[in-house]
Amino acid sequence: MAGSTPASPTVDAAPVVVRATTRARQVTPWTEAWRRFRRHRLAVAGAVVFVLMILAVAFGPLIWRVQINEIDFTAQLQPPSWAHPLGTDDLGQDLLARMLYGGRISLSVGLAAMVVSIVIGTIIGSIAGMSRGSIDAALMWLTDLFLSLPSVPVLLLLIYLFRESMKHLIGAELGTFVLIVVAIGAFRWMIAARLVRAQFFALREKEFVEAARALGASQIRLMARHILPNALGPVIVAATIDVAAAIITESTLSFLGLGFPPDIPSWGRILFDAKDNLDVAPHWALFAGGAIFLSVLAVSFMGDGLRDALDPRRVI
Amino acid sequence: MSRYLIRRLLITIPSLLGISVALFTILALAPGDPFGELATNPAIPPEVQAALRAKFGLDDPIPIRYLHWLVAMLHGDWGFSFVSRVNVDTLILQRLPTTIAVIGAAQVLALLVALPVGVLAAVRPYSAFDQVVSTFALMGFSLPTFFTGIILILVFSIQLDWLPFVFRADLPGSGLHWWWAEFKQSIMPIVVLGLFLGAAMMRFVRSAVLDVIRLEYVTTARSKGLPERAVILKHIVRNALIPVVTLVALQMPAVFGGAIVTEQIFRVPGIGSLLISAIQSNDTPVIMGVTFVFSCLVILCNLMADLLYGWLDPRITYR
Amino acid sequence: MNERELRGQIEDVRTGKLSRRAFTRMMLGLGLTAPLATQMLAHSGIAVAAEKPVYKPTKRGGGGPLRVLWWQAPTLLNPHFATGTKDQDASRIFYEPLAAWDPEGNLLPILAAEVPTIENGGLSEEGTSVTWKLKQGVKWHDGQPFTADDCVFNWEYAADPATAATTIGSYKDVKVVKLDDYTIKVEFSKPTPFWADAFVGYFGMIIPKHLFGQYAGAKSREAPANLAPVGTGPYTFVDFKPGDVVHGKNNPNYHMENRPYFDTIEMKGGGDAVSAARAVLQTGEYDFAWNLQVEDEILKRLEASGKGRVLVTMSGNVEHIQLNNTDPWHEVDGERSSIKSKHPYLADPAVREAFNLLVDRASVHKFIYGRTGEDTANYVNAPDKFVSKNTHYEFSVEKATKLLDAAGWKPGADGVREKNGVKLHAVYQSSINAPRQKTQEIVKQACQKAGISIEIKSVTASVFFSSDVANLDTYPHFVADLQMYTTTMGQPDPGVFMRSYLSGEVASKANKFQGRNITRWQSAEFDKLFDQADKELDPVKRAALFIAMNDLVIKNVVVIPVVTRPVVTAAAKNLHAPISGWDNNTYALAEWYREV
Repeated sequence: MAGSTPASPTVDAAPVVVRATTRARQVTPWTEAWRRFRRHRLAVAGAVVFVLMILAVAFGPLIWRVQINEIDFTAQLQPPSWAHPLGTDDLGQDLLARMLYGGRISLSVGLAAMVVSIVIGTIIGSIAGMSRGSIDAALMWLTDLFLSLPSVPVLLLLIYLFRESMKHLIGAELGTFVLIVVAIGAFRWMIAARLVRAQFFALREKEFVEAARALGASQIRLMARHILPNALGPVIVAATIDVAAAIITESTLSFLGLGFPPDIPSWGRILFDAKDNLDVAPHWALFAGGAIFLSVLAVSFMGDGLRDALDPRRVI
Repeated sequence: MSRYLIRRLLITIPSLLGISVALFTILALAPGDPFGELATNPAIPPEVQAALRAKFGLDDPIPIRYLHWLVAMLHGDWGFSFVSRVNVDTLILQRLPTTIAVIGAAQVLALLVALPVGVLAAVRPYSAFDQVVSTFALMGFSLPTFFTGIILILVFSIQLDWLPFVFRADLPGSGLHWWWAEFKQSIMPIVVLGLFLGAAMMRFVRSAVLDVIRLEYVTTARSKGLPERAVILKHIVRNALIPVVTLVALQMPAVFGGAIVTEQIFRVPGIGSLLISAIQSNDTPVIMGVTFVFSCLVILCNLMADLLYGWLDPRITYR
Repeated sequence: MNERELRGQIEDVRTGKLSRRAFTRMMLGLGLTAPLATQMLAHSGIAVAAEKPVYKPTKRGGGGPLRVLWWQAPTLLNPHFATGTKDQDASRIFYEPLAAWDPEGNLLPILAAEVPTIENGGLSEEGTSVTWKLKQGVKWHDGQPFTADDCVFNWEYAADPATAATTIGSYKDVKVVKLDDYTIKVEFSKPTPFWADAFVGYFGMIIPKHLFGQYAGAKSREAPANLAPVGTGPYTFVDFKPGDVVHGKNNPNYHMENRPYFDTIEMKGGGDAVSAARAVLQTGEYDFAWNLQVEDEILKRLEASGKGRVLVTMSGNVEHIQLNNTDPWHEVDGERSSIKSKHPYLADPAVREAFNLLVDRASVHKFIYGRTGEDTANYVNAPDKFVSKNTHYEFSVEKATKLLDAAGWKPGADGVREKNGVKLHAVYQSSINAPRQKTQEIVKQACQKAGISIEIKSVTASVFFSSDVANLDTYPHFVADLQMYTTTMGQPDPGVFMRSYLSGEVASKANKFQGRNITRWQSAEFDKLFDQADKELDPVKRAALFIAMNDLVIKNVVVIPVVTRPVVTAAAKNLHAPISGWDNNTYALAEWYREV
């Protein structure tokens, strides 16, 4: 029954009330989830900010038409002004143009790498969590193997081996993008996999799973319809962390010379370049750091909202 | 239980072998060699670099190099560093105390902050406390450690002149004074790393507790009239710990190797900085040695996590 | 400048019209080195006794601790295994050579009793041998006497390929003979104009025979003293953690009076250059920081806190851009950049000259390197007034545009110039390093304005400078149109370095890319000049030949020199630390003291 939890004053009442008022038999779980998500103020704010950021980086460069690599030695390290709304860096390059351009890279790398890692992780984790015995052991063996490989040299090798061929296949920038997304994704799925598996371990002994099993639900159905939706809570949190981690990993890769060509500014790279000038030109680091923070914040609040909205435990 | 343990331990042998093969192949295929600095120096004939490569077996076929390494390893010989020509195990052992002290302390700090804060935030979700704490946590892991480290240095070492920012593993002196000096030099690296780790961990704890807090047995426990404290500690936290244990177990080894940036900024001579300098100079035996230690740690931590699951949730069976 | 003019300048030094220092700087400007300049003066009979650095302390020790920071940590303490200056610098705390190079290019005797000259019989007239007289009464840290046997042993040890010593180049072509307990003779197989190589400077440190004797050859790695050095140097060994820290303490039996000043020394490694500069200049946690590859703007700001100062010492290092003479994009006989191919557009002298006009050296100097890099037209250089009359540089996008227009390179639809279907699109690679990437951006921008498109590529230093035959990203493979780096030209003799333009030295698959000639430029005229210089014993004639070679390289735009890279270090305000651009940073560690 929906109203059973508020017996405790410690639980926020809002989502529960939403649940109680919107419950109607003909509503699909997804419409309901959407409805609950809309009531989640922070999540909506996060979504709005995130969409705005995407719009800004997508269309901003069309409006703010300053070249990202226009060097101007008369305007080094200038604080924000009308000519340069976000100031300039130590080569006098316009930071607004660079931030807008860099946002395209950072946001798309962050999101795409997150999707890659979560999809791989969830698939492997749920297979392992469902099938005990040898398949579980083999998959966890694989997970351990990936966990123990030092990611830096392996990333180095992957990118070194495939950079040229990707460049010929789909061009320098897109090739690097695909490579980096796959490489980061391929080294971050293990946490999601272990989390999903652990959730499965806990859930597969639960009564509602037993019940579904008793009713003759197939393994796949059990997994997809009953356990997985319940296991998604920590995965969504992991996903939001992955977005941040991917943005930061990309900056580390640029630093090692394996990321995008050095004259292409991603947010992580701008932050890295700015660090030694922090005392005289704080604006340089501030905007890049702020942009990463804001996007992580927005994604995380969206995650929180999603997590609450998707929480299908309405029986309790 | 003991059968499960034995089986798990037996599985580790092919695991370790697999990891070592994969790693060795990757390293052998990877570009570069440890003698790069010789190359730009016109006074050193290029043959020297080539002779060194040959002497250290870098030009042998990969399977042969691997076999050499494996046989030596089975005899307890970890090989020697191409760069410093010192035995790999000596190098690792030298770094171990500092690593455990600093990185371990950071991990403990992370746990100490993340657990209570995460639980409190989840107990009152979307309260002012939760939102402030969550915002800080998000700031924590959206700023790379190279950045937070420099901010701390600028404030505490340069502006205020309170703390040194070069870590010395062999601080002279003794007694209370020594402890004070040790504390002063360790606090910044521990805080930078601890908060970075703690931020992510806090988010996980919060999420895990939120998952549990609405379950029926919690309500039952409350309705029995148990004090709130007991409900939270005994019923909620214990059950919420499963995903947290997973995360901590996963993070533990990665933290030792992944503290590279923090170690670099504060010049902490830890295992992570050993690994990164070995990677930068393509010092294969050292990379192999360090990652081998990490692999053992990963396997050990995962095993411990699996055993802990059983303690946390008696319904989980080991089959 | 030809031989006659050179002799004129030397006369000016003799009569006092030109100071020695000015002469040396002028020679640097002509692509020579300070040691060669000094050799010319000595040969012309001008007294060149090295000035002893100022040293005020009147007793040994009492100076407290000396704490120095090397942001690349020393990894070993056997000078014969050193893979970089960091290892040599650390070894130099404990070990010493027979003689060292001072900042003016003079030889400073350390373990030698005197510097060999023709007058004192140390040098043979025909240039085939050097006789060194050793200082007597020098003791190793464990009390054993230092004798000629130790020197002979070091030659045997380093020259044996099984030892795998990195110093082998200085020892393999010589023969060392003991004349008596305190005299050795270094014999060359042919007349050798540059004789001060073995036992001198970077590669000259001497290790004790009684501790390493049984570990020569294949067993070299097993010597316990590899990790616990016993030398003759100013500080004795206390403790070493590879990749982290080296500790030493005052040597009470050091062979020079009143030295050393400090009671202990700590050399800490690791971190990055900027924070190393901070620890010396801003917080004063450390007394000295090594090799500050940092933008000058940042250094100036750090210096403003007043705790320390930046020391800039002249050396011969030059950051330069190489132009590929061969085609990097098509394989010929399974090899890219094969000497059998021709570069599609860099073979056109007009394009080369255009690139030369498009490198804005002045801005690179002013806005990136500052004091840490002077703009230069020459491969090796000094202040503007001494720039070689034969070569000069200019930055002008207009001139480059005109030049390209005249040569028939017309802008295509995308604004990139082309001719006969060949587009002016260049891949410009370098190693990863903030000032380098900024330089790349500056060059890229100017090139774009002139209608040349540039693709910037940066490669991790450990890969770029490796000798991996299979890897196309290394600098000898040169799979790019342009590439930029600094040759560590802290070498006392320009001879070694001029090899990189010899036709026979072209890097190729056949020689496993070990050839020194990376640009694959070939010139019979250059080869002829080099052969003459290789045999020429008169340093003045030899210098004139080198100048001619250098001019040839610059005029043909084989390379585009960008800035000189002096040795940049930071020291605490009161620390007296003599640094030489021709030897290790710690070459005169015994002379270091603190003003009180």
